Amino acid sequence: MTEEIIIAGFGGQGVLSMGKILAYAGMMQNKEVSWFPSYGPEMRGGTANVTVIISDERISSPILNKFDTAIILNQQSMDKFENSVKKGGVLIYDPNGITRHPVRTDINIYTIDAADEAAKLGLAKVFNMLVLGGFLKLKPLIEPEYMRKGLEKSLPLRHHNSIPENEKAIERGKEIIKAQLVLS
Amino acid sequence: MKDIRLMKGNEAIAEGAIRAGCDGYFGYPITPQSEVMEYLFANKIKERTGMIVLQAESEIASIHMVYGGAACGKRVMTSSSSPGISLMQEGISFMAGTELPCLLLNVVRGGPGLGTIQPSQSDYFQTVKGGGHGDYKMIVLAPASVQEMYDFAKLGFELAFKHRIQVMVLSDGAIGQMMEKVELDEQVPRWTDAEIKAMSPWATTGKTPDRERNIITSLDLNPVKQEIININLQKKFKHIQETEVRFERIQCDDAEYLFVAYGSSARICQKAVLLGRERGIKVGLLRPITLFPYPSDELAKLAKQVKGMLSVEMSAGQMVEDVRLSVNGAVPVEHYGRLGGIMPAPDEVLNVLEQNFIKEKTYEPHTN
Repeated sequence: MTEEIIIAGFGGQGVLSMGKILAYAGMMQNKEVSWFPSYGPEMRGGTANVTVIISDERISSPILNKFDTAIILNQQSMDKFENSVKKGGVLIYDPNGITRHPVRTDINIYTIDAADEAAKLGLAKVFNMLVLGGFLKLKPLIEPEYMRKGLEKSLPLRHHNSIPENEKAIERGKEIIKAQLVLS
Repeated sequence: MKDIRLMKGNEAIAEGAIRAGCDGYFGYPITPQSEVMEYLFANKIKERTGMIVLQAESEIASIHMVYGGAACGKRVMTSSSSPGISLMQEGISFMAGTELPCLLLNVVRGGPGLGTIQPSQSDYFQTVKGGGHGDYKMIVLAPASVQEMYDFAKLGFELAFKHRIQVMVLSDGAIGQMMEKVELDEQVPRWTDAEIKAMSPWATTGKTPDRERNIITSLDLNPVKQEIININLQKKFKHIQETEVRFERIQCDDAEYLFVAYGSSARICQKAVLLGRERGIKVGLLRPITLFPYPSDELAKLAKQVKGMLSVEMSAGQMVEDVRLSVNGAVPVEHYGRLGGIMPAPDEVLNVLEQNFIKEKTYEPHTN
C-alpha cells in the first residue's frame, strides 16, 4: 500500500499541520512516511501545499507530480492540482470560495463543507481536522488510536488540551463529506 | 527501544551533530537551512552537552570561527545555503591549506546570485571542483534522505578527523525541508581536553615544555617547501579517492540503462526506476554518496554493461562531466536537469531517458 497525497490551500488554513499530523500518525502506526512542504514566501499568506506519502514500503521519491488523492482548499490550488490527480484517484475539496468546480470525469470527486461547519461549531481552528476526517472516511489508512498519537506528537504540549476537540472534528468530518462523482 | 522521530532534514543534521559530540556551531541564518541553528537553540544544547551555538555577524565570521575552533582540535561546524557558502570560500581554502578538520553543510538553493530559495543542485562545481583558491578538495557527502542528513553529521566528523580534511554535506532545499522518519543513536560524549591532545597532537592546545610550539598557518613563502606541502595534500586526496568512495546501486544488476543522480534527484530517479520497470525498461540507478571521492571505477564497470547513462541533476549539467570522465566515451552519457528551483518529476526523467536512448535515437558521440 502506498498513498500519495497533495494537500493545498491558503497559508494559515492548516494545510502543513494537517499533513504533519497525518505523517506523524502514519509513523506511529509503523508506516513509512514523508512530508514535503512548499516553503518560503508561501507561508506568509499565499498558497501553501504539502506532499504526504504513507506507505508500507520504503518511499522512493518524496517529490511527485501525480497523486492518489488531492485535498484542495482554494481556487488557485484547484487550478494547479486538478489535473495532477491520477486517473481513478480522489479529489476532495471545500466548495467555500471555489468559483470553478472540477470538471474531470475520470476521478472520484467529493466535497466537504468544512469552513461552514467550523464556523457553525465556532471553532475555526478545527477546519483542517474536519477535512482530514473526510479524507480518512474515504481512505481509512490510519487507526483512530494512532491519529490520537499523531496529534499528541505533532501538537506542542500547551495545546494538548485541544486534542479532544480535534478528535471530535475528525469524526465530524467523516459524517459531512459528500460524494459528487464516484466512478463505478 | 529505538528512538524514532519524524524530523526535517535540517533538524536531523543538527541532532546528528549534537549526538556526534560536536563542540561548536557557528552560523548565520539563510533559507532554506535556518532550522539548523533554530533547532540547536531550541534544544537547550548547553545543558545537554555543553556545545556552543553562536549566531555570528556574517557567514565570513562564521567560517573563521570554525577555523579557530578546528585549530584547537574541536569538533566544529557551520551551515549555510548557496550565497552564504560563496561568502565562506576564503575561509574554506585557508582550512584546506592548514588541513583543519570541520563539518560544513550547504543546503543548496537556486542561483546564481541570490537566485531563489527553492531546491537546486547547481553548486556541484563549487563544492567538488574547488570554490576557493588553490589545489584542494573536500570530502563531499550527498544525503538523499533525512536519515542520511542525521547520519552524515557523525560520519562527517569521523572522516574529517581521520584525514584532517573539511567535510561538506551537500544537501538541497528539498532534503533540508522535508520530514521523514529518523532513527537516532546514542550520544557520543564530547572529547575532553586530554582526549583532544592525544587525538590531535597538531592542535593549538597550549604549548607544554615537552613539545615544540604548534603553528597553524597556510603561509610558506619558500616555494620549495610550498611544493612539498602541496604534494602531500595531493597524496592525501589520492588516498581518500582510493579508500573512501561510497555509493548505492539500485536495480543495477540487470540494468541496460542507468540513471546517475545524487541527493533529491536520486530519490526522483528511484521512483523513475520503478516506473521504468513497470514499462518493461531495464533501468537502474547509481547513486554517488561521496561526490569527492567520486565513484568513477563503479561507473566505468557499469559502462561495460549498460547502453546509455542519464545524469540527472538540478543544474545545467555539472556532475555529468564526472560521469563522462568516468566512462571515457564507452557509452553515451546525457544530462537532464531543471533550473532555478524547479524539481523534475519521476515520469519526466524517465521520458527523457526513453527519448535519449530507446526511441530510435542514433548515438552522436559527445564532443567538447
